[in-house]
Amino acid sequence: MSEQDQKEYFFDKPGNVKLVLRGFYAICIMLVIADFVIHRHISLSWEKIPAFYAIYGFVACVVLVIIATAMRKVVMRKEDYYDE
Amino acid sequence: MSELPPIILFFVAILLVLITRGTLRNIILLATPVLGGLHLWLNIEPGMTVTHTILGFELIIMRTDKLSLLFGYLFCLASAISTIYAWHIKDTTQQIAGLMYAGAAVGAVFAGDLITLFVCWELLALSSVFLVWARGTERSYNAGMRYLIFQVMSGLFLLAGALVHYHNTGSLAFDHIGLESVAGWLILIAFGIKCAFPFLHSWLVDAYPEGTVTGTVFLSAFSTKVAVYALARGFAGEEILVYVGVTMACFPIFYAVIENDLRKVLAYSLINQVGFMVAGIGIGTALALNGAVAHAFSHVIYKGLLFMSMGAVLYRVGNINGSDLGGLYKTMPKTTVFCIVGALSISAFPLFSGFISKSMVITAMIEENYSYLWLLMLFASAGVFHHAGIKVPYFAFFAHDSGLRPKEAPINMLIAMGISACLCVFLGAQPQYLYSLLPWEVDYWPYDTTHVLAQLQLLFFSALAFVWLNKRGMYPPELRSTNLDVEWIYRKLVPAGIRRSVTFLGDTKELMVASMMAPMRGIRHTFSQSSVAKYHLSESWPTGSMVFWIAIILAAYLLLDIFG
Repeated sequence: MSEQDQKEYFFDKPGNVKLVLRGFYAICIMLVIADFVIHRHISLSWEKIPAFYAIYGFVACVVLVIIATAMRKVVMRKEDYYDE
Repeated sequence: MSELPPIILFFVAILLVLITRGTLRNIILLATPVLGGLHLWLNIEPGMTVTHTILGFELIIMRTDKLSLLFGYLFCLASAISTIYAWHIKDTTQQIAGLMYAGAAVGAVFAGDLITLFVCWELLALSSVFLVWARGTERSYNAGMRYLIFQVMSGLFLLAGALVHYHNTGSLAFDHIGLESVAGWLILIAFGIKCAFPFLHSWLVDAYPEGTVTGTVFLSAFSTKVAVYALARGFAGEEILVYVGVTMACFPIFYAVIENDLRKVLAYSLINQVGFMVAGIGIGTALALNGAVAHAFSHVIYKGLLFMSMGAVLYRVGNINGSDLGGLYKTMPKTTVFCIVGALSISAFPLFSGFISKSMVITAMIEENYSYLWLLMLFASAGVFHHAGIKVPYFAFFAHDSGLRPKEAPINMLIAMGISACLCVFLGAQPQYLYSLLPWEVDYWPYDTTHVLAQLQLLFFSALAFVWLNKRGMYPPELRSTNLDVEWIYRKLVPAGIRRSVTFLGDTKELMVASMMAPMRGIRHTFSQSSVAKYHLSESWPTGSMVFWIAIILAAYLLLDIFG
């Protein structure tokens, strides 16, 4: 095992992590730009907001995580809670 | 022969499995769903009925239409893939349980009357529980017990509903039931338990993570999807289901974010996905119903794939807690890729299977003007990507390096995962084949610029939120913990309540006995002091002496009778 641990894998190099993240950010930016170039069919008034889906996706996930983290205070117990 | 109900094939196979061993047995296990599926595909047309008369009742053991056939294909396919995944298992109990479970599911979707459905319903429960018990731990035994209680209860509701329905209508046929009568509500509860409706869902997140590595793959495919089928047949267009479905889609994602056991995360996201199907059934338009059914189809494949990849990790590492895993991509690269394909499918990424089915439900929702609920469904879509799409692969295969260097999954698991992964991409990229099998006539095509762009924005920015929260250190860390859910009521509150009540009653009894005994003792004391007490009759006699005196009296009577 120790021999294997010496091996360097793809994400062990910080440069590679950075590269992947940069590519990811670039796609995000392009998707927002695309929103202004491509005409979306609108069926609901909310969809008129520019980059509605991008904003909604981001906000939804942040809200989700904040609420879930707060939930831990109420619902979290020890791992063997039911075994006692 | 062409009208042979496939469930019979499964039962014959069970007998063959009992008398064979080793590779031959495995071949029979695999051949059964494959032949069953081919039989359905080639020989069976929509519109067939096979009846059988038992005790004067005519039971419709097979009734085919496009809806039941689609689920029939699906269950044979899922059973075949799961069997390949479980190829290395030598445990007869699990093999038979898996086969019987799949057979019961196939039987249930072809059941044309409520009694046949009930029999298959109970068979599903009784066979599947062994896949939990086979884990062999005390936890799995207890979880299996609770699972069984819920499942049997569901069956009882179904039976009660069926009898009331028969009383009301004079028919046991399983067609649209609706909610006009008590029977409808009873049957809805039965389906709701198996479908994991909110507050009735805890058996699922309780038992599925306790199943064996391979057993949980079977479990994820059948029970809830049989219930979805039954809802689509019996309760299409009941508006209450829209609200139930939206609730199911939304609440589990909060639990999934903070849950540590990654198979439990998948169990919560299973409820979330079934929520989309239930909502589609509730909307009840042709597009929505097709969407619900199509989503069930793609869901079984990708959810199975996700459970298989987590099962492979559990098999190799012996542990499936997010807190103890990480960095497994280094030595399990193939499993990692398969897991990511499953994750992209469940997240409804364009070109993957979830996209082509979930979008039908969402579009139907806009068409029927459920705009606020549509927003919630969008939230649930972002949420499922967040936990099942990112969290599961990230914490298992990437995140911090746990130092674990397990071997790649066994070859049979890789083949099973490979087949599922190919199907996910195939269904996603070429949806016309699945669409042509759908029961209702609809002209729908998911790939237009608007839809693809909207979905990509939603998903990429959900991922961006994950990256941002992680970088800020705001993402909740994986912690070894138990999170309280509805099961707390019957695992803690009720037992504690009963314990308290028993203690209270015990105390009360002692108090009452003490307060009664004190004056009695006083009276006895006073009596023994009094002058009457010295006579023989005032003493308390043992029972023996009374029997003795009665015997003397009877003997005297006897003598008098003889000589008198």
